[in-house]
Amino acid sequence: MHDVYNFVSGPLVWVSFIIFFGGCLYRLISMAVLAKKKDVFVYEYMSFKYGLRSIFHWIIPFGTVKWRKNPILTIVTFTFHICLILVPIFLCAHVILWKESWDIGWWYFSDTTADILTGIVIACCVFFLIRRIVLPEVKYLTSVSDYVILAMVAAPFITGFWTYHQWPGCKITGIVHIIAGEIMLAAIPFTRLIHMVYFPFTRGYMGSEFGAVRNAKDW
Amino acid sequence: MAEPAMKQSDETGEIFDKGIDKGLARLTPEKIEQVINKVLSAETGARLKTYVNTCVHCGLCSEACHYYLSHDNDPKFSPAGKVKQTIWEILKKKGKVDHKFLKKAAEIAYTECNLCRRCAMYCPFGIDIAYLISVMRRICHMLGVTPLYMQDTAHSHSATLNQMWVKEDEWIDSLFWQEEEAQDEMPDLRIPIEKEGAEIFYSVIAPEPKFRAQLIYQAAVIFNVAGVDFTMPATPGWDNSDQCMFSGDYEMMGRLKKAHFETAMRLKVKRIVMGECGHAFRSVYDVGNRWLAWKMPPIPVTHAVEFYYELLKQGKIKITKKYDKPVTLQDPCNISRGRGLHEKARYVVNALCEEFIDMQPNREHNYCCCAGGGVINTGPPYKMKRIDGNRVKAEQLFAAKARGAKVVIAPCHNCHGGIEDINHHYGLDMELHFLGDIIYKIMEKPA
Repeated sequence: MHDVYNFVSGPLVWVSFIIFFGGCLYRLISMAVLAKKKDVFVYEYMSFKYGLRSIFHWIIPFGTVKWRKNPILTIVTFTFHICLILVPIFLCAHVILWKESWDIGWWYFSDTTADILTGIVIACCVFFLIRRIVLPEVKYLTSVSDYVILAMVAAPFITGFWTYHQWPGCKITGIVHIIAGEIMLAAIPFTRLIHMVYFPFTRGYMGSEFGAVRNAKDW
Repeated sequence: MAEPAMKQSDETGEIFDKGIDKGLARLTPEKIEQVINKVLSAETGARLKTYVNTCVHCGLCSEACHYYLSHDNDPKFSPAGKVKQTIWEILKKKGKVDHKFLKKAAEIAYTECNLCRRCAMYCPFGIDIAYLISVMRRICHMLGVTPLYMQDTAHSHSATLNQMWVKEDEWIDSLFWQEEEAQDEMPDLRIPIEKEGAEIFYSVIAPEPKFRAQLIYQAAVIFNVAGVDFTMPATPGWDNSDQCMFSGDYEMMGRLKKAHFETAMRLKVKRIVMGECGHAFRSVYDVGNRWLAWKMPPIPVTHAVEFYYELLKQGKIKITKKYDKPVTLQDPCNISRGRGLHEKARYVVNALCEEFIDMQPNREHNYCCCAGGGVINTGPPYKMKRIDGNRVKAEQLFAAKARGAKVVIAPCHNCHGGIEDINHHYGLDMELHFLGDIIYKIMEKPA
């Protein structure tokens, strides 16, 4: 068990981080190169000012007509994305691991706070799952891959939650938790989770077209 | 447009379109695969790839679409739902799609999406679904699978450089005719043809000389009263419309815009002022210029709404008495989402009319008329589909009517066509006008 733990919390972490950063960089660069080759006008129309203007509206809860029209979804989606990013970074146990490995540390959530935030992420995943199954317009677009992606995102949080509470089999779930986190990280560049990286560019480009060329708002 | 209300379909509801059906009959599976992959590899790149990879299938774009709303939230009509039935499938199958698929895909691309870009304002990622549907149209064009009526207008563009098979002498004759008619009212009125060095080249779409010649008359009166130094060309290149942009014939779109810009250059005008048309504005200001590698048009382009705004603001036209019927305003997609002219349009409407009742939603968020994006040009086979596809516009207009509006002002030819049909079919019983109609009616004219 210790060997497995050492392996998943040692070399595999390296592998997943390298795949994550390397993959994201690769996807970004290859997109930029392809755009230069095939959609060169994108560079011409991309506007820093109008791109940021659009991004700014869309990353503010209720900052757009769309967000205002769907208040529950807006709250869930913003809460989900914020917690999804903050919890792993500011979780006490994770901060300790950084401290032990690299002797670096930073502020962290109290265990209770982290526990609640993790619960929120899981609840949001359940919300997204139900939404996918119940809403016809989402169900119609859904394929197996959408469930797999959702499971990939939910898994580290479910297993982390399980392990933290020391429920039965928590030693196994602890290892599964690490692996699940690594899978999610490594999957980001190569699945639709890439939206995390592409968002500023797609939104920014639409904002640029609407703002600089069409003198209109896109939110 | 005044096409007959006949539906060419069987009992299953399948619509027969000679352009699409005969085009498909000529295709072999190998040819389909080859053409699709050629378009994908030669003409698409980072944008298509990024959009397809970024879409998380969340369905948030759905409520942006008037087709989706008008069909009781049927997911097949949602923007992403339409991409699923077209581009996703093509990418998944690497171009190995059959005739049945292509027929449906062509129908979706040409008759179930107006390329109105409203969904780009509802997708959190700003995915340009209109672009994705345009890629589908481009593939259909390259396969020779285009709706018959739309292809006819594209052929007209190709043969005559105008949309309506208007011959050169007929065009010049129409201008003389309208000049003469207007001279009964204003004896010294001129429609200056081929006046080199004029301030403005006034360009119109071919349906104006073809069946709405009074609009040329009205514009001439407005321009003459306002003392505008304008001219209209005697040569092909006068028409600013562009169905090739919508059929997917981008080479022809380029030729059209080139002729248009070169005509302006030849006449040495300072700018092009366009009549009340939305799609033509999109083509000249936003799309066609890009095909010719002009980031922005090589010569300033002003839409009629903006031009009327200038004339009113500068006091060049004066109003005798404000128009007294309560009006509402249709914001055409291509000049609101396409140019942000909605506030100027409101200035003009308020300057002209006593009572203005806004539609809800409005400005950038207004619903498309369902005629634009070339959809009305697919003609009679798809007329009812277009009207059924915009029930939500009828509801929007009924709501404005309930608040007192009696007149719809639609400063766009396609909006006119679309709303006219909706008006009749849903029994709205509202009057429909261009801004020019109202200006002409109430402006001060020399006695």
